[in-house]
Amino acid sequence: MNSDANPVATLALTFAMMSLFAVGGANSAIPEMHRVAVDVNHWLTDKQFTDVYAIAQLSPGPNVLIVTLIGYSVAGLAGALVATLAMCVPTAVLALTVSRFLTRSSRSRWPSIIQAALVPLSIGLMGASGFILARTSDRTVVAVLVTVGAAVLASVTKLNPLWMLVAGGCLGFAGLIG
Amino acid sequence: MPPESPPAAIAAPDISQSPPGLFELFIAFAKMSLAGFGGVLVWARRGIVDQHKWMTADEFNETFALCHFLPGPNIVNLTFVFGSRFRGLPGAIAAFSGLVGPPALIMVMMGALYHRYGEIEALRRILSGVACAAIGLMLAVVFRMMTPLLKRRDVIALLVMVAVFIAIGLLRLPLAAVLLVAIPVSIAITYWVRNREAA
Repeated sequence: MNSDANPVATLALTFAMMSLFAVGGANSAIPEMHRVAVDVNHWLTDKQFTDVYAIAQLSPGPNVLIVTLIGYSVAGLAGALVATLAMCVPTAVLALTVSRFLTRSSRSRWPSIIQAALVPLSIGLMGASGFILARTSDRTVVAVLVTVGAAVLASVTKLNPLWMLVAGGCLGFAGLIG
Repeated sequence: MPPESPPAAIAAPDISQSPPGLFELFIAFAKMSLAGFGGVLVWARRGIVDQHKWMTADEFNETFALCHFLPGPNIVNLTFVFGSRFRGLPGAIAAFSGLVGPPALIMVMMGALYHRYGEIEALRRILSGVACAAIGLMLAVVFRMMTPLLKRRDVIALLVMVAVFIAIGLLRLPLAAVLLVAIPVSIAITYWVRNREAA
């Protein structure tokens, strides 16, 4: 969106680094994406960032593809491609390498300890993601009710999440979200 | 330890009988990915375990556990590891391209539409509504993951969780800095707690 020295290189470096710290998956990295894209580089406004998040949730495919949209906003097709690969390839190669070494016979207790240790971190990160997005998005009472309603419905029912997104979109279109 | 260790039946012959080809991997992962609104994992399990019988449920869980424990997008890691198990690096690339390629194209088209029409008032309102609901869905995942910690009254884990939330969500500190402190601390605490429980 703005004219950095070389936005594509910045994208590649940023997301490759970020992926290595994305403990618990792509949604844990949302606060960092927001910090980098909105606060540090001013690629997107707050509103654009939540829009991008909404579009990514409306579309099929892995959650990580929000970086495709961010990359596209920054540097068009090249940006989309580079951001996506930078976010996916380094950790995928790491996973491949580790899976070769960790054979089924290794019954070390460390993987289980590390995994248990990472759980509270990824919950905290996802909670922060929700909070940062809600700060921009949930500015009216109805908006907060929609968020709470979707959270409750998704927790207690098996309803397809897509319907909640559609319902939110309809309420928004009707002008109730503000 | 599972109560009954299943015998040789787990290595059902049809699992390794026909390793999928590159094109087959691409198509299978593209289908799972395009079906996956709000997460692909459910569809990946359905496709890999139930439909194609490329892995047993146990193998799938083990592979997923590994990919969940490593950083990065879990489902992408899983796809890469899975593809390579059958066809080496080309298999990994084929499965990855299927998982990411088609939905990324859709994403680019959505991005193009957004940049062209994003300022239209009606679209802005719709996206605001969708975002509110999407945030709710994310909070539901947070609650679901928190439930076991609350049930166990795992105060230490909950404190670590709150600390990370404050550092990232409220103080907006960089992720790398926070995790370089939080990961060793959390591992040390977990190790200490388990040792004490075992003693």
